[in-house]
Order: sequence, then structure tokens, then C-alpha cells
Amino acid sequence: MSALLSLRNVWVEYGDKIVLERVNLDIAERSFVSIVGPSGAGKSTLLRLLLGQEAPSKGCILLDNKPLLPECGPDRGVVFQRYSVFPHLNARRNVLFGLECGSAPFTARLFGAARRAALEEADAMLAAVGLADSGAVYPAQMSGGMQQRLAIAQALVKRPRILLLDEPFGALDPGIRGDMHTLITRLWSEYALTIVMVTHDIKEAFALGTRVLTFDKRRHDPHAPHRYGATATYDLPLDRRAAEAIASS
Amino acid sequence: MRWVNIRPRRGSALLLGVAPLLLLVLVYLLASASRHAINPADKILPTPDAMIAAMRGLVLVPDPMTGRHTFWADTAASLQRLGIGLAISTLSALLVGLLLGLLPAVRATFSPLVTTIAVIPPIALLPILFIVFGLGEASKVALIVVGILPAMIRDLASYVEALPTEQMLKAQSLGANSWQLMIRVALPQMTPRLIHAVRLGLGPAWVFLISAEAIASDVGLGYRIFLVRRYLSMEIILPYVAWIALLAIAMDWALRVFSRRGFPWAHAAR
Repeated sequence: MSALLSLRNVWVEYGDKIVLERVNLDIAERSFVSIVGPSGAGKSTLLRLLLGQEAPSKGCILLDNKPLLPECGPDRGVVFQRYSVFPHLNARRNVLFGLECGSAPFTARLFGAARRAALEEADAMLAAVGLADSGAVYPAQMSGGMQQRLAIAQALVKRPRILLLDEPFGALDPGIRGDMHTLITRLWSEYALTIVMVTHDIKEAFALGTRVLTFDKRRHDPHAPHRYGATATYDLPLDRRAAEAIASS
Repeated sequence: MRWVNIRPRRGSALLLGVAPLLLLVLVYLLASASRHAINPADKILPTPDAMIAAMRGLVLVPDPMTGRHTFWADTAASLQRLGIGLAISTLSALLVGLLLGLLPAVRATFSPLVTTIAVIPPIALLPILFIVFGLGEASKVALIVVGILPAMIRDLASYVEALPTEQMLKAQSLGANSWQLMIRVALPQMTPRLIHAVRLGLGPAWVFLISAEAIASDVGLGYRIFLVRRYLSMEIILPYVAWIALLAIAMDWALRVFSRRGFPWAHAAR
């Protein structure tokens, strides 16, 4: 399998504080990569890099062998732990938003036949995440689980090359979290997604991922703890799950 | 039961709210009656009859000099000044607040300017406004704008700036450009806040309107109050003050209803 996303000798430094050091990673297409690690080990920094929210201090990131722009783009979808949906739009129009932005640069709205086609697509996406009956509901009236479903639908409607999940189920009840695991696994195989998920729940990381990366500092200087950054300390491919996924698709 | 847990029901809350107002009126009537018992020609606390008689002349009878009903001419002039001032402030605050809150480069350039203007007491600028705009309508409207706009801009800009970063990133990951972020993400979310800012600005706007009218005008609610003060005409001043209060309450109520009807998502249960 070819690498969809590659990190080549990536460093992130803030002043003299080193957060990530010498990160070399290749993420294959259609893999589900879980990233775990203690807090402060640069998991979120890594996700910000992949999202394009910030640029690495050294090294480069390649998506489809092209350098990644340090700006968010429609090739990368994202779901955060909170605030991923727009409170002023109902569910249907939240999903429609991405389609409207892509095809109407000036008005950011679609009209007539184009709008009907986009609405159909949005409704299909809502149905895929189990929100078929909630199109007219505003996020404030939704439970946390429903909001995360909506956030996923919103991201997937743009067919991103890679889906980034930042502790997406961290704020949910255990029962709801189980449902969301089933949902994301199903979407991952149905839509042939490549997913990078940051989580602090090790069980979740192993349950969902085809590959688990742990981030931590390899070296530690007790007098200057900030001078060594974190990197991928363990890289565990879970072949069984990958095989299951290929068999089921 | 603890005092903090005693919540009046809707009906009793209304009753509780009206009681102090009624008490105020009652105290006034008693004080007025007792003063008039001693001195029937008392001008400080006029009786309701005196107020009605004085106001009837202003409300129903056209002024022989101008041919207009003084009370309504005053109201129309004041509301026009207030309306134009508020409209200019609202539109400018919307535009500047949006740009200032959303674009870091604009914020870096203009935020110190807005802060500087905001700390100048607007009344101190009134002479300058009179010199620049003359003594006509423009200077009064300008005082209202100068008085309330900086605070509105700062409020809206900080609100837009405080919109969750996640939302902005999400929109960008959905392909939104800066313009689309502005009109589809920031603008709709700041509109209820704008109405809120106008509601907060109404109080100072009235202050600046009355001040400007008191200093240089020939018609207006504030002008009339300051004019009849010379004759100690409390029977006109008090109804005028009550009328101003009523207008202010009506505007605030209308804005609140508009915000609730127009933007239900912003008023959902938290």
C-alpha cells in the first residue's frame, strides 16, 4: 500500500521548548490510526499539524506526495471533541454548508436544481449517520452524541482524503460511546476512509484502530524537561482488525 | 426553604414587579397631596390634575407659534435623531466589529484606534461636533454615534474573536474562504449579539440625545424639559420623563422580542 500521508523528520518547537522531535510516519490509505499517549506528549500538536492549523518548525508533511499547506483545506475533514457544528444552522443546513462553500464562492448559497441536488446529498449523509429524522433540529437541542454524529456527517459530505478525529468521543457517556464506535467503524469501511484519531482512551484506541501509535518522550532531562520532545515510541499494527476490515468491505 | 431557592411563579413575579412601581406612585400622590394641603400653589410636586391639564395643552392643542402639537413634534424630533443615530451605529458596529473580530491584520491595525476613541468622554467632544457639524441635526446624531459606537464595536469584535476556534477550523476544512467565513459563520452568529449591543446602547444613546437637545435645539423631548425648567414646570417635566421611560422600555422590549423570534437558536436553553 502506498503512503497517503507522510511525515518526514518533523519537529515542532515553541521558543526553546521542544514538543515533537524527529517524527517519521507513513500513514497508508484506508488505515485507521489511533494515537495515544500521556497529556503533554504532543498528540494534539500532531493533529494540529495534520490539520494545517500550524506548520512544523522543521521537516515536511506530504499528502499524496505533495507538501501540505499550513492552512485547513477541504482535503482534510475534522471532528473535534466540542464546537464542531454551527449553532445557528439546523442539522440539514450544517451538512449543506460544506457543499455550498465548495460550489458558490461568492454567495455561499445554492439555488434551484443545484440546491435540491445538494440537499439530497446532505439528507443521504444525515441518514448514513443515523440522523435521518433530525434534519430540522438545531445543535442546541441535540444530545452530545447527536452533535458528534452531525459533525461526522458534515465532514464526510466533502469526501475528505483523510479524516482527523480529536478525542471525538471523549465527552460522551460509555453507552453512547459504544454506538459511536460502531458507527465510525461502519463509515470507515463503507466510505473507504483514512482516519487519524487522537484519544486518551487506550481501550478505544485498540478497539477501533488498525494501527496504534503511542507518543511519548524517548529521553528525559530532569533539569530541563522541555528540551526533549515527544515522538512515536510504539507503532503497533493490528493486522487482525485490518484483515477483518478488508474481508468485510 | 433557603431564600435562594424561593422562586416566584409567573403570575406572582408580575405582581411583585408591579408593586414597587405602584408604591412609588402612591408615595408621590401622598407627598403631593400633603404639600398642596399646606400650599395650594405648590409647584414642586404637582397633582395629577395639574399634570393632565398642562399636558392636554401640549398634546391636543396646536402651538399658536408653530401650528404643531408641541408634544408630538418633540417626540418625533427626538425619535428621529435617536433612530438615525442608532441606525448608523448599528450598521457601522456590524461592519467594523465583524472585520475587527475576524481578521487579525485589521484588528492589529485598528483596535488601538477604537480603544483610544472609546476612552474619550463623548460629551467632551460635543463642542468639536458643534463646530464641525453646526448646531443642526447632524451634530446631535453625531454625538449619539460617537457616544455608543466604540463600545458596540468593542463588544462585537470581542464576541466574534471569541467564537470557538474549532468552528472556524471546521468551516475552513469544509472549504470556506475568508468571505464565506464572514458571511456564513461569523455574521449570522453575531446578529443576536448585535441586537443585544443595541439594547445596551439605548441607555447611553438617550443620555447623549437629551444632553445634545438640552444644549442646542429648538424642538425635542430633552429641549422641552430643559426649557420649562426655567418656569419650575414640574407638571410638564414629570410626564415628559415618564414618556421617555415608556419609549425606552418599548424599544428594549421590541428588540428583545425581535431577537427571540428571529434567532431562536441563540435563545435555546443552556
